[in-house]
Amino acid sequence: MLRYLVRRLLLLVPILFGVSLLIFFWIRALPGTPAESLLGERATPALVQAYRQRYGLDRPVYVQYWDYLKTTVHGDFGVSVASHRRVIAEIGDRFPATIELAVAAMFFAILLGVPLGFVAAKRHGGLFDHVSLVASLIGISIPIFFLAIILKYIFAVRLAWLPSVGRISVLIDMKHPTNFYILDAIIERNWHALGDVLKHLILPGIALGSIPLAVIARITRAAVLDVQNEDYVRTARSKGLPPVTVDRRHILRNALLPVTTIIGLQTGLLLSGAVLTETVFAYPGMGSWLRDAIFNRDYPVLQGGILFLAFVFVMVNLIVDVSYAIINPRIRYS
Amino acid sequence: MSVAEIEAHEVALETPTGGLWRDAFRRLLRNPAAILGAFLVLLFVVAAAFAPLLAPYGPKEQNLLLIARGCCPGPSAKHWLGVDQLGRDVYSRILYGARFSLIIGIVSVSIGLSIGLILGSIAGYVGGFVDSLIMRCMDVMLAIPGLLFAIGIVALLSPGLYQIMIAIGVVNIPIFARLLRGSVLAQRENDFVLAARAVGVRRPVILFSHILPNAISPVIVQGTLAMATAIIDVAGLGFLGLGPQDPATPEWGTMLTDVNDYLQSAPFLAIVPGIAIVISVLGFNLIGDGLREALDPKLRGRVGKFRERKAFWFLGRRVFSRA
Repeated sequence: MLRYLVRRLLLLVPILFGVSLLIFFWIRALPGTPAESLLGERATPALVQAYRQRYGLDRPVYVQYWDYLKTTVHGDFGVSVASHRRVIAEIGDRFPATIELAVAAMFFAILLGVPLGFVAAKRHGGLFDHVSLVASLIGISIPIFFLAIILKYIFAVRLAWLPSVGRISVLIDMKHPTNFYILDAIIERNWHALGDVLKHLILPGIALGSIPLAVIARITRAAVLDVQNEDYVRTARSKGLPPVTVDRRHILRNALLPVTTIIGLQTGLLLSGAVLTETVFAYPGMGSWLRDAIFNRDYPVLQGGILFLAFVFVMVNLIVDVSYAIINPRIRYS
Repeated sequence: MSVAEIEAHEVALETPTGGLWRDAFRRLLRNPAAILGAFLVLLFVVAAAFAPLLAPYGPKEQNLLLIARGCCPGPSAKHWLGVDQLGRDVYSRILYGARFSLIIGIVSVSIGLSIGLILGSIAGYVGGFVDSLIMRCMDVMLAIPGLLFAIGIVALLSPGLYQIMIAIGVVNIPIFARLLRGSVLAQRENDFVLAARAVGVRRPVILFSHILPNAISPVIVQGTLAMATAIIDVAGLGFLGLGPQDPATPEWGTMLTDVNDYLQSAPFLAIVPGIAIVISVLGFNLIGDGLREALDPKLRGRVGKFRERKAFWFLGRRVFSRA
């Protein structure tokens, strides 16, 4: 196990190195430079030159790359060209928002997906089963941004029940010690703000959670079908255990093994930012930030931000694989 | 009957009647969901192919008189699905839009499939250093968030139709490469490969005419499902304003971009292209699902559920990343 872990951790190094190389040269191949996109078309050549010098863009590419590697290894991603803030500080603002949104989406998906899949499997071949299968396929087939627009139209525009943009109402004044707005509201004991933050998470959470919901429901169904004919389930039943106990302790517990894996992997994907959902709901997460950075040619933000997301993604994948081995002792990695 | 005769009889019973593909096709025909999927895809293809014949108006034809009394008149006898904010017939634009989605989908999946197929099968068959090198490159591509990767490629090539095709194709490469590698690895140890090697068949020939044909069925399934995601991706990039740069182009995602301003007065402007996307994507998803069941006889029964789980495991890893 330890050897496996060490090997996997060592494998991360070339992957992250590859990501850094890819991002670095891709950014420099983009048409236009940060200086031009910031200063506009009418900037004088002298001004552009001054900008290039200030951000070290006038040096040879390999020197720039070496510099980038050196500072990155020390955890310094540089300063954003567009906002003049440290990239790491911006990540500190944005990533908590992305985590909150991802957690909200997974919460919705798990809360609905697991029972749905379980009931579908219990009524295998019945009407409920067929309806839930079709529903999950439709769930996979809806573009998230379309679902987001429709949700926004119904619940924000028509019924005006829920807010449609941002993380928190602009009227609420609150300190943000952690930048996790839910935590902040609890720390500050501002219950009004807490309600407001939660309300802001509902619509984007549902939109973003729709795909994990469909996947989780299908996996749960398949896993329960797989498990419920096992010998130990038959033994448990014939011992005369109440059906609820068999369902909970024997079937669900074993069926949830693959489900937890999927939940982990999907969370990893959601943490990579949700460009489209964030765009529709003007939600200030990682996705929309990096999208803007691509358009602004914000080199430091792209170099730091995408590398950071890649790091999170590979780490989550590693954690999922390792925890799978821990919760399922039958798996042995070598 | 002697034991040998009984065995022969059983073997005869187990032998497929008309080869893998014919059997698979027969199973596919018995699957109502797959039939529905095929119907939806047919609808989509017909709309795309015969758009000029079916559409009552041109896709860019404007009639500002129609919106003289505010935006936007809803469905009517003359305009089945209403008129958009610039006085264009939505029904006609949807039909023409099918062309873009279909072509972009096919081209981008072909790009991803062919490059992924070559890389994956080389990695799986050659093994060793080449395998590690190729697969680490694929890992690097997978580690970058899918949609941002696609946006990045479009930004590199400047927005437009062909650029979207390339972007989505490239994002699909590692998915196919991984799939093929696994498939080839599984086939490589088979007796027929050993036999081919024993009679002195050259390695590329073994790979391309012995292993690949046997490893191809998961690729076909994944290809169909990738068509579905490609259509969503195209719409997503169009929605972000990276689609065809002529704003009059009737691309479904681009059509959804401007509707935010009209949600209050004309929600059908958002609903119609959205439903068009859902229908075509659902069609490919249904066919893909049906194909997976049809091409893999082991899928039925107990083993099958495990297989489905495995298939979804794979999907859980990547395909649904375009959030």
